[in-house]
Amino acid sequence: MKKFKFSPEFNTRVAATVARYPRADAALIPLMQEVQRELGHFPEEAAQALANLLGISYARVKGVLTFYTMFRREPGGRYLLQVCRNLSCHMAGSVKLLEYLKGRLGVEEGGTTHDGLFTLVAVECLGSCGTAPVMMVNDDYHENLTVEKLDKLISDLRAAAKAQK
Amino acid sequence: MAEQILLKHKVVSLDGYKASGGWTALEKATRMEPAAIIDEVKKSGLRGRGGAGFPAGLKWSFIPKDSPKERYVVCNADEGEPGTFKDRELIRMNPYLLIEGMAIAGRAIGAKTGYIYVRGEFAREAALLEKCVGEARVAGFLGDKLFGSDFSFDLHVHKGAGAYICGEETALLESIEGRRGQPRLKPPFPAVEGLFACPTVINNVETLAAVPAIIEKGGAWYAAIGAGKSTGTKLFSISGPVKKPGVYEAELGIPFKTFLEEYAGGMAEGKKLKAVITGGSSVPVLTAEEAMAVKLDYESLAAAGTMLGSGGIIVIAEGTCMVDALLVLAKFYHHESCGQCTPCREGSGWIEKALRRFEEGGARHGDADLLLSVAGNMPGRTICTLADALAMPVISFITKFRDEFDAHAAGNTCRMGHK
Repeated sequence: MKKFKFSPEFNTRVAATVARYPRADAALIPLMQEVQRELGHFPEEAAQALANLLGISYARVKGVLTFYTMFRREPGGRYLLQVCRNLSCHMAGSVKLLEYLKGRLGVEEGGTTHDGLFTLVAVECLGSCGTAPVMMVNDDYHENLTVEKLDKLISDLRAAAKAQK
Repeated sequence: MAEQILLKHKVVSLDGYKASGGWTALEKATRMEPAAIIDEVKKSGLRGRGGAGFPAGLKWSFIPKDSPKERYVVCNADEGEPGTFKDRELIRMNPYLLIEGMAIAGRAIGAKTGYIYVRGEFAREAALLEKCVGEARVAGFLGDKLFGSDFSFDLHVHKGAGAYICGEETALLESIEGRRGQPRLKPPFPAVEGLFACPTVINNVETLAAVPAIIEKGGAWYAAIGAGKSTGTKLFSISGPVKKPGVYEAELGIPFKTFLEEYAGGMAEGKKLKAVITGGSSVPVLTAEEAMAVKLDYESLAAAGTMLGSGGIIVIAEGTCMVDALLVLAKFYHHESCGQCTPCREGSGWIEKALRRFEEGGARHGDADLLLSVAGNMPGRTICTLADALAMPVISFITKFRDEFDAHAAGNTCRMGHK
């Protein structure tokens, strides 16, 4: 396995993160989140490196990595689209939104578009049922969605990505 | 509208919070004996707003007085019960209220440190809390020797990483400790051996946010609001086809009918009420007739065979296929089962599989009874209550809407035209 090197920025944050807990190993999840924030996903090699850093087993890190759904083990698109499929969103038409996105983006659930812009997933309750149907784009909630709103949102995101290139 | 305690002020700055009367309860608490604070909370009758409804003051009183160990206050902001979105609203409305409530809880149980466990998806709310904690620290409302007393208290925000089960209090503790969120066997209860094996109080956001008003105005004042043993106000989140879905603070004991019509504006245009889930997706469903006759408090809902739970009300309209709705929920619980206990891990999978046959064709005669049998064998046989949380909707949906399940099985199709 390739040796993983933490970024200098990550290294400067370790001490402050660990200091929030009485035991260093409790900082595991926030540090994993930090790696993912920097890289967009949590690579396999980082699991061993983090285990070494905190003095815990590789199995423990891997166990945490595979338990929590927000950790992404593979690189994904620049925009992670998470469509809520739970009851309130379901009743408000989330199935239709998901089908629309699959068609427009040409991907199945879990898939990433060829241009690397979008990864599409269906997720469980996002805790925003009053504004159903709801989808997250990275850290942001998009609420009271309709196919028309989604259509515009996808176009806007594509335009924003193009402008940044 | 009734008394507003939690959503009274929209507070966006530390100065605004001070101007709204913030921190006076904490200052008062620093001059009170810890036992007197616990007594006041006991007197208020405040019960856990996360779902279980356990009396908060009693929970605090279980912290051993003579333990030489550290103690911790943990806030459960892992809001994920389908139909529930009140804690996010409360954090956005007034994050300082939670911070002050936690500090008072810290004073009451002798804790120096607290953690706010926020679900990972609430990145904006976690950032807001971090900002507010930082400001409170700088202004001296968190940190060493608060208000010149010997009481010191500080807070940390801990973000979840995507797991419904972490809303279960012991799974949440495992998660803060940097492990998989698998619930622990109880006893020992967290009050004796909780976070980092130390005495710990864990309360929901809404529970802790109610504390400052109780300390400021007294337990008796709070106990006079509400109905009987269901004291105080409650945040209800209402979703589904109603005119004004959202979060509303109402006195416990308000009739569902009043709440639906006066707060949520009634059913959306052209929609007729079919069923109601009153306390988040885990509680037994009520028919329209049952719901229109019930009051929203712990006792009334228990008498009606369901629960107040988190106060997450999901309204279901005529025309909604109950088999399809139950399949959505079964898929969720199957996905979220942590996998430790066989009845939950396997049972949730079997239930999803059998329900799929009803929706997609291939349901066999007797499958409805099979579902009831599987669901009936799950509760009480597992470490936590996630199994119960699936069994309750399964049993109530099938018992109360049996004709829909039988029609699916007989016709091998959904008469609502889903598949």
